[in-house]
Amino acid sequence: MQPTDITDPQYFHKVVDCQWGCPAHTDVPGYIRLIAQGRFTDAYMLNRQANVFPGILGRVCDRPCEPACRRGRVEDKPVAICRLKRVAADNRDDVAALLPKPVQQKNGKRVALVGAGPASLTVANDLLPLGYEVVIYEALDVPGGLMRSNIPSFRLPVEVLDEEIGMIVGMGADLRLGTPVPSMKALLAEGYDAVFVGSGAPRGKNLKLAGRDAASANIHIGIAWLESVAFGHIDRIGEKVLIIGVGNTAMDCCRTSLRLGAKSVKVMARKPRQFFKASPWELEDAEAETVEIVVNHAPKSFVVENGKLVGMLFEKMEYQFDERGRITSEKVVGEILFPCDDVVLAIGQENAFPWIERDIGIEFDKWEVPVVDPVTYQGTRPGVFFGGDAAFGPKNIIWAVEHGHQAAISIHSYCQSRDLHERPPYGMNLTTSKMGTHEWAFSNAYDPVERRLVPHVSLKERFAKLDLEVELGFGPEQFVKEVERCLNCDIQTVFTAKLCIECDACVDICPTRCLTITDNGEETGLRQRLSAPAANLEQALYVSAELPQTRRVMVKDEDLCIHCSLCAERCPTGAWDMQKFTLKVPYAAAAADADLAPARTGT
Amino acid sequence: MSFLQKPKVSHPGLPRNELGLTVRDYEGGMSTLCAGCGHDSITAALIQAVFELSIPPHRMAKLSGIGCSSKTPAYFASASHGFNSVHGRMPSVATGANAANGELVYIGLSGDGDTLSIGLGQFCHAIRRNLNMLYLLENNGVYGLTKGQFSASADVGSKAKKGEVNQQPPIDPCLLALSIGCTFVARSFSGDKAHLVPLLKAGMRHRGFALVDVISPCVTFNDHEGSTKSYQFTRKNAQVVTYADYVPPATEIRSEQAAGTVQSVTLHDGSRVLLRKVGADYDATDRTGAFDYVSRHQAKGEIVTGLLFIDEGKPDMHQVQSLPDQPLNAVPYGKLNPGQKALDAIQARFR
Repeated sequence: MQPTDITDPQYFHKVVDCQWGCPAHTDVPGYIRLIAQGRFTDAYMLNRQANVFPGILGRVCDRPCEPACRRGRVEDKPVAICRLKRVAADNRDDVAALLPKPVQQKNGKRVALVGAGPASLTVANDLLPLGYEVVIYEALDVPGGLMRSNIPSFRLPVEVLDEEIGMIVGMGADLRLGTPVPSMKALLAEGYDAVFVGSGAPRGKNLKLAGRDAASANIHIGIAWLESVAFGHIDRIGEKVLIIGVGNTAMDCCRTSLRLGAKSVKVMARKPRQFFKASPWELEDAEAETVEIVVNHAPKSFVVENGKLVGMLFEKMEYQFDERGRITSEKVVGEILFPCDDVVLAIGQENAFPWIERDIGIEFDKWEVPVVDPVTYQGTRPGVFFGGDAAFGPKNIIWAVEHGHQAAISIHSYCQSRDLHERPPYGMNLTTSKMGTHEWAFSNAYDPVERRLVPHVSLKERFAKLDLEVELGFGPEQFVKEVERCLNCDIQTVFTAKLCIECDACVDICPTRCLTITDNGEETGLRQRLSAPAANLEQALYVSAELPQTRRVMVKDEDLCIHCSLCAERCPTGAWDMQKFTLKVPYAAAAADADLAPARTGT
Repeated sequence: MSFLQKPKVSHPGLPRNELGLTVRDYEGGMSTLCAGCGHDSITAALIQAVFELSIPPHRMAKLSGIGCSSKTPAYFASASHGFNSVHGRMPSVATGANAANGELVYIGLSGDGDTLSIGLGQFCHAIRRNLNMLYLLENNGVYGLTKGQFSASADVGSKAKKGEVNQQPPIDPCLLALSIGCTFVARSFSGDKAHLVPLLKAGMRHRGFALVDVISPCVTFNDHEGSTKSYQFTRKNAQVVTYADYVPPATEIRSEQAAGTVQSVTLHDGSRVLLRKVGADYDATDRTGAFDYVSRHQAKGEIVTGLLFIDEGKPDMHQVQSLPDQPLNAVPYGKLNPGQKALDAIQARFR
């Protein structure tokens, strides 16, 4: 293999599994270390730079970082990254002085954002400090989009939403509430330099079965129903409720039902549990509240008596699987009636753009989803950009944030008449973390402590009020331990081949057998003859240049390195060093300063 | 040395041996030797060897004298018996222990000072007794613990760190051992585990005295230019005469092991050592031939490595002295201490 090019910021970026897994590339180990030092405000601001809404995301993020976390490969459970984010938000001081002030000297460009959800707000966050005049159109009377209307307040308190949205609006956005955009044509006619569509995927899917229309008074579309609850239009539901669907929205619907008077709530699933879309922790939380999850039942019809819904008929399903767990065949083995008073449909959402005329150069595909460039987020009409659920269908908040960052870069380039495909480059910094003999600027000892559990309000108390937040968040007893579980993957093991005397000290001491000195060869063969076979193909091999004495190479399997520094401590020549890696993520502001000059790569 | 303990967390796919143990179960305390010390590599090779042989840790005894090398018993197999004895006197302690209990695997750990200076006499007599043990000589050519004076294995012309040149001729432990009847003589290099591990395994399975002289660079005092025991010098001048493969009892020999000029030596427990020879004329069962070969190459400044000589036919100390097979701690008390009457009867025979 060729020596690994560690001057490419993406190589070490990929070693930081959580940061790589995060769509917005949040510097997770960086903020966890700040929490460990009690620097909550700094931890919050480091988060905010990437993900914009740390307090919100610390509660309701879909956390792609956690399945990616290295700790989950070394042990069983990943670091509780998401809840540590909330720790930073809960314990921070006032950050007003650290945020950009409204810019007095505008740059003369006007941008319209449609919808005040996370994607639009991120665009505003990135463009306002550059002097853009930003107008946000929101149909509802409050900003936040799905974060407010679809996430129940017992999971995400209104005050947290208000504060973090307020930080952005406070930078000088012109937020026009209760102002829907009925026509894109009319909006474009107002002469904005660019338009960003972040209007979400606001339409819940319907389930057209026999009895649907006759019983419509007691059949609710999940996201519309949640919105009505959020705004106080609905405050009760029948005693027996069936939820159709097994995504995260279904989990919010069943838990909300329990707070509106339901005594028995069943989530009805067509398929077995391994096919559920809901995050495992959301399923756990729902089941902890006595929600029953019924698998292998396919809806057949709504049963109506005297014009009122009395139950739902289901087909019991049986499935055959192949060796990879995929369904190969299914058959119906019976029918069963589940009595109920209300049904909530949470079987997915679709984008809806009735307000965009089809003759103004904005193309849609056959599913009525706009055609959007996945790099620039520009639609087929120049100057019109899409992001969040409006761009590629329902994803989650953290994706919407990343779409917003990218769209802001594009909008800035567009307004400067630059090529949108020329993206500002990523950069990095590497600095040694050596402080002295066997002293490092981070906590390098492996702490075997198990993942801490977040305290919850007791089952007895939590249903008293609809907006009583169920999770209490980590207290000091939990977070001082949880921060030590982080393996500091951003403190990179950096190797200098010409210093190596091939004494094997690093190879011998490595607790997880990551290191090997061996003859070079092609990757497949090399992976087999390491100290331990490198079976995880998603993780890279770090291959050195030829070693001076024997022309062999040092190979590190990045998979299970716990960044304990022992290789560097045992190295007599300093060929191994532990270096803090900082990824320089480009934002619209970087594109503005650097005029697209390559970001510096420091060592 | 490190201040940290090696984390207990390990690779989830670690293989297990016949006892269900992983290689990490044979580890010991953290080494306090200098970073990069050859001795630490030898320790790692030993851990690998005893793991692969599936030796139950409690059936192993580690013995040492004094010196950097003699700290090794602390760094592996924490669950085994250990004895850190007097400088140069480890062979006596090993002899006593072996006489009392011949069933354990004895591993002696010594250095060039402990063996070739203060303990030279003890070393020679343990060889003459054919004491059943693996004697591991961690050979770096300097007294590292007292700041790097030349040891008895330093070559003439070898330079100390500050430039002083050694004038006194070295004692070559392998030639010495060959000349006084040693039944297993091998030399290896701490920087080549593929070569070293099979030799350690064969040495532990050999019944009799198995000397493995391991060139083990001292990174602090003897790894510079002008040293003849540095990593670089050893790599450049080592001449492998045999590669050993250790084949456990009742294991088929793989075809690639049988290829070429291979000499097979069967050990007393039915295991075999396969010697792949680099020089076709080398015979590892010919004592005078081995002596001649090693001395000729030594004169050229080459370090001959490999299993240099093996003689599996000689009786070990237990057989020569007709010692009981049963360990003394397993002999019933009445038999072990038959009392005054029995003693009187024995003494009466000499009156």
